[in-house]
Amino acid sequence: MKWSYRAVMLATVLTAAARLGWVRARRRRAAQEADRWLVVTVNRAPTDVGIQGAPPKPLDRFGDELEVRVRPAPGDHGTELAARIRRPVPPKAASWPARLAGRDPRQEVRTALREAKALLETGEVMLPDYPPTATGGTPAGKLVGWISRRSGGEGVL
Amino acid sequence: MKALCWEGVNKLSVEQVPDPQLRNDQDMIVRLLAGTTCGSDLHLISGYVPAMQAGDVIGHEFIGEVVETGADVRRHRVGDRVVVCSFVGCGRCWYCAHDLWSLCDNTNTNPGIGQALFGYESAGIFGYSHAMGGLRGSHAEYVRVPFADYGAFAVPEGIDDTSALFVSDSVPTGWMGADLGGVTPGDTVAVWGCGAVGQMAARAAFLLGAERVISIDRIPERLAMTQRFAGSETLDYTSTDVAAELRERTGGRGPDVCIEVVGMEAHSDGPMHLYDQAKQRLRLQTDRPTAVRQAIHACRKAGTVFVLGVFTGAVDKFPLGAVVNKGLTLRGAQMHGQRYIPMLLERLAAGELRTSHLATHSFPLERAPEAYDMFKHKTDGCVRAVIRPGT
Repeated sequence: MKWSYRAVMLATVLTAAARLGWVRARRRRAAQEADRWLVVTVNRAPTDVGIQGAPPKPLDRFGDELEVRVRPAPGDHGTELAARIRRPVPPKAASWPARLAGRDPRQEVRTALREAKALLETGEVMLPDYPPTATGGTPAGKLVGWISRRSGGEGVL
Repeated sequence: MKALCWEGVNKLSVEQVPDPQLRNDQDMIVRLLAGTTCGSDLHLISGYVPAMQAGDVIGHEFIGEVVETGADVRRHRVGDRVVVCSFVGCGRCWYCAHDLWSLCDNTNTNPGIGQALFGYESAGIFGYSHAMGGLRGSHAEYVRVPFADYGAFAVPEGIDDTSALFVSDSVPTGWMGADLGGVTPGDTVAVWGCGAVGQMAARAAFLLGAERVISIDRIPERLAMTQRFAGSETLDYTSTDVAAELRERTGGRGPDVCIEVVGMEAHSDGPMHLYDQAKQRLRLQTDRPTAVRQAIHACRKAGTVFVLGVFTGAVDKFPLGAVVNKGLTLRGAQMHGQRYIPMLLERLAAGELRTSHLATHSFPLERAPEAYDMFKHKTDGCVRAVIRPGT
């Protein structure tokens, strides 16, 4: 009886310790995620990207809300253009509802970074075809349409 | 205008859709002269590429006449006859600047889908699902061509529409397999697949100096066509042991370069085929890599396997051990057409390449579903069905 009591206690303590470690690791990761720079590499010289210290269009419209960093990329890769939201944003793992609704602040920044890169490299942002031909009437079709609409603000930046 | 629309798994129909519009200053609108069926379209039609919506226009290999240009188009004028690369490249991102056009950073308007699937997205392609940008396809009366100065090429006088049509996709894809597969003079090259791209890969291997090319398929008329027009030896995998034949024909070494041109719906006559089909139908794997496995096993030590066939996701029983322990180079790519098309048009004009034989059948746009049915089931010796709007 005594031994089984000790075993239960030991298991409880070990489980609690493991859980605490897992929670701490998750918090650390969430803090990193919230603080992470979103980055694109632009095939232009740094002087073309950070024009007179101002962020390139359309990142300039965020004003002080955004921290923008420009630095040369290694080799012949051009220039790294990075942006980070100054105000606290919820960690990615907790932002699913906002992401699904298209209201996660990172989505807007990702789109702006991609557009800035396209404008700097090609002079335009390629638009999808219009008018669309898809009727998208089925549930699967609607899902594809919804994913496509979110796609510009999502991804691995 | 009329267009061929995907309406669901194995359902195609010709529908009335709105005309395309210029959306950017570097766009142009092309009136279609001809387009062709492509094996990769069959994966869309069969539902193995999931990001399709009912009403999507399919088709990506085409030739046409310029009817409208955006304000910033410099290299083309209304009336030009152009062949258009199936992949859209901006011409100025790092990938385009390094001739890796199908990896363009700026032409897939749905980058999040590709990034979720592959880590990074590929370039946009005409008529090939919303994962690849959701651009309208070319089986229509008109199509919008973004970044037209980089993706459209004037067809020289003297090259007919049918011959030039295949320079849009099949010829550069085949050429790329031999080129990036590293074919060098004296090599023995094995090519899995005797469709249009496989034939072009075989021909390209010879033009790059290969001493022997051995092509593998099961369809008699395709094997005969490859022998006749590409000049390669052929193997019918239903009547012989391919691995043993290749060993025997290469002095026991195996081919120096193996090019796989079959893709995710591969067939074979062994029990693995049944296993792969069952797993694919149950969605336990997305692709059937039968020919890739064979190529990896057959390739000589320290040789190269180039995967040209279309794959979209994950495969099972992939022989990674053979790749490592035989010191193989394994490469794959979608088609960097802009890199090759001008050179290929010159070779076509010089008579070094022939493509018109690939067009075994011709259909008006109104009968495009019939063309795909014939192409899919390979009836009446169909290698490629050419779809001609306005006929």
